[in-house]
Amino acid sequence: LFLSYLFPFDSLICMLLGISFTVWFTLLLVFIIVPAIFGVSFGIRRVYMKSLIKLFEWATLRMERGAKEKNQHLYKPYSNGIIAKEPVSLEQEIQEMRRGSAEPEFDMSDIFYFCRRGVESIVDDEVTKRFTAEELESWNLLTRSNYNFHHISTRLTALWGMGVLIRYGFLLPLRVTLAFTGVGLLVVLTSIVGLFPNGRMKNYLSDKVHLMCYRICVRALTAIITYHDSENKPKNGGICVANHTSPIDVIILASDGCYAMVGQVHGGLMGVIQRAMVKACPHIWFERSEVKDRHLVAKRLSDHVADESKLPILIFPEGTCINNTSVMMFKKGSFEIGCTVYPVAIKYDPRFGDAFWNSSKFGMVNYLLHMMSSWAIVCSVWYLPPMSRMEGEDAVQFANRVKAAIARKGGLADLLWDGGLKRGKVKEVFKEEQQKLYSKVLVGSSEDRSRS
Amino acid sequence: KKLNISHSQITRLYSRFHSLDKGENGALSREDFQRIPELAINPLGDRIINAFFPEGEDQVNFRGFMRTLAHFRPVEDNEKNKDLTSGEPLNSRTNKLHFAFQLYDLDRDDKISRDELLQVLRMMVGVNISDEQLGSIADRTIQEADTNGDMCISFSEFTKVLEKVDVEQKMSIRFLH
Repeated sequence: LFLSYLFPFDSLICMLLGISFTVWFTLLLVFIIVPAIFGVSFGIRRVYMKSLIKLFEWATLRMERGAKEKNQHLYKPYSNGIIAKEPVSLEQEIQEMRRGSAEPEFDMSDIFYFCRRGVESIVDDEVTKRFTAEELESWNLLTRSNYNFHHISTRLTALWGMGVLIRYGFLLPLRVTLAFTGVGLLVVLTSIVGLFPNGRMKNYLSDKVHLMCYRICVRALTAIITYHDSENKPKNGGICVANHTSPIDVIILASDGCYAMVGQVHGGLMGVIQRAMVKACPHIWFERSEVKDRHLVAKRLSDHVADESKLPILIFPEGTCINNTSVMMFKKGSFEIGCTVYPVAIKYDPRFGDAFWNSSKFGMVNYLLHMMSSWAIVCSVWYLPPMSRMEGEDAVQFANRVKAAIARKGGLADLLWDGGLKRGKVKEVFKEEQQKLYSKVLVGSSEDRSRS
Repeated sequence: KKLNISHSQITRLYSRFHSLDKGENGALSREDFQRIPELAINPLGDRIINAFFPEGEDQVNFRGFMRTLAHFRPVEDNEKNKDLTSGEPLNSRTNKLHFAFQLYDLDRDDKISRDELLQVLRMMVGVNISDEQLGSIADRTIQEADTNGDMCISFSEFTKVLEKVDVEQKMSIRFLH
């Protein structure tokens, strides 16, 4: 008897579910997938972005008011450094301290230089802060980026609560659906394209398929990207280098142009995707053992570049993810090959969602969850004019020149430090350089003495 | 309160302490400091790190961290003339000099022996200067500073040698905000 009461409800529920699913997928198809195929946009995301900005500004004003009422100061981060550091060299400073006149070879006050520099670096150094997420000036209603908890009013809390609901209840499922669609389509379609014989048709189809799937993925992240200077887009037979902040960089660049990817062969889902992609067009996947062999790597890259029919290679020379406030040392490998380099600068707007992947703190799944539950990913991409190695310039100098151009365009700090410092220790040779410099100061003055 | 650091500076330093504390146990170890590349390449890096750790201890908490950093507060003009009944502030000239003295005094016995001076000099110059030359530098330095003939430099002798140096400026760190 009880069950017979359930039956009519049962079919009603089924019908409702069926209808809502159909509506859901139709909306998805019309507003997201079809535009992705043709590369057009309704502009919905930009409207969304503008309204979010207004909301964040209001939230920050509210917090400042709250802080003023309690007579306290808001915590404001300063990414340009919190202490005054004078850019004087070791020699200059020590000579200053010696005040000219009858200089002895060694002065006990020399230690002050090293001491102060050391303590300055303990309070604020240029490197370690690049490996954690950038701090924001205004609050973007995400708990993960708030340092002023005690200044939140009830209205703000309510807004934040609504934000959580929208982000986790609506945006996240939507995005996960899209992500699965995008990746699934990529695997299936590239495998199909792989069945075609090599030739212009296959290349054309492969390009279209790759672009379409990446565009769906872009929408899966609600990424709002502005491309600048597209006339400098990378061409076949070249290498595209860009600064690295997250794995999403690949999706951002590949949704606007076709590239050959470079990377290690992975197992699991990544491996499936890699094997499918390479059926449609030649990407460069290395076995773990091959990665150590630098000559092998260089050879495969040069062979690919020499073939004009193959797509430009996409490489991130920093070798690791940096938090998008600076560009760190470029590994010289890709600059030794001797072909044209197309630099690209990518700058994320951290207000909407921090794209930086702190791989020592969060795993990939955790990271993707973070990404998909942020408001949006907003970034700008600048295509810089192509560069080649000049006469008399070695690979390292060339790499530094490209790095400086990228840093300048993206408004990032240009650092000489190695991104590998995220996990590894700094090389002894840098300390030895410091010691050599100081020795010159000591020995140099003895030369003066022997002259008099 | 004796440290005389403003609220916002404390917040900032706490944030810094927290970011250095990789083990997230509320205290810093020597490895945490060595992870700072600019400090690791400083020839006297290890001596400076040592100054944060009291005798025999391997961990420094936030209080200790701030206490050591307080030595580097600039000496404000109005504070120089204040009548200090609560004891000398950590950032006085004498205390700044004492901090530097302790960088030389390896065994914390309040005097710098020839051996200690040689070791610190060796740290600063690496392999670039010979033992003999370094030895003569050390001898000359001790000769010039030592007034009571014990072949060691005591704190008062150290202070006398450096009386013309602008210690307040050289051993101060200015916060921008």
